Amino acid sequence: MPKMNLSHFEASFLFALFTSVVLGVVTKRTDRERLRYGLYVFGCFFAALVGIGWLMYFGHG
Amino acid sequence: MATKEKPAKEPMPPLNVWLAPVAVGWLIPGGGHYLLKRTGRAVLLTVSVTCMFVLGLLMRGAMFKPQSGDILTILINWGGFLGDIASGILYLLTSWLGYAQADVPGAVHDYGTKFLVTAGLLNVLAMVDAYEIAGGRKS
Repeated sequence: MPKMNLSHFEASFLFALFTSVVLGVVTKRTDRERLRYGLYVFGCFFAALVGIGWLMYFGHG
Repeated sequence: MATKEKPAKEPMPPLNVWLAPVAVGWLIPGGGHYLLKRTGRAVLLTVSVTCMFVLGLLMRGAMFKPQSGDILTILINWGGFLGDIASGILYLLTSWLGYAQADVPGAVHDYGTKFLVTAGLLNVLAMVDAYEIAGGRKS
């Protein structure tokens, strides 16, 4: 079986993408709401990813 | 004095209505939605959960096995095991075909382990959604 080497960013990005899709699909009641919620969750994941990344960067000095 | 009335608890739908979608949804990610003719959503669930699981395997993530020991070991290993097994056929095939891997140190392997468990947890959400659709609580 081939081994996949992803960077932290790539792995987090893919994690955010698939999790957002599922959360969007199962949470809301109309397709429009699902799309909006999926995008919102993905945005939150991405903001946390970038924000915590910078926090760790400055934390390390 | 006026008291707030508790909202009436919805009765549980009959077993024969939701059992098949939930069971198929466990075995095949998104399967419950296929059964309930929600094809578009079913495809999204199947693709997302399967991609998550396969990426976890390709990153050489570890499969949890139930272990006894101190409370933290029990919690982590049983929790991880339940998360893994919630992926249904993906977990079963991985175990039967010998692709389950032991835990090894490394950031990528660690991500892989989390991907495997999360795929199962996302499938649990899909099963709950299938239950609600089958019971008529959602469209």
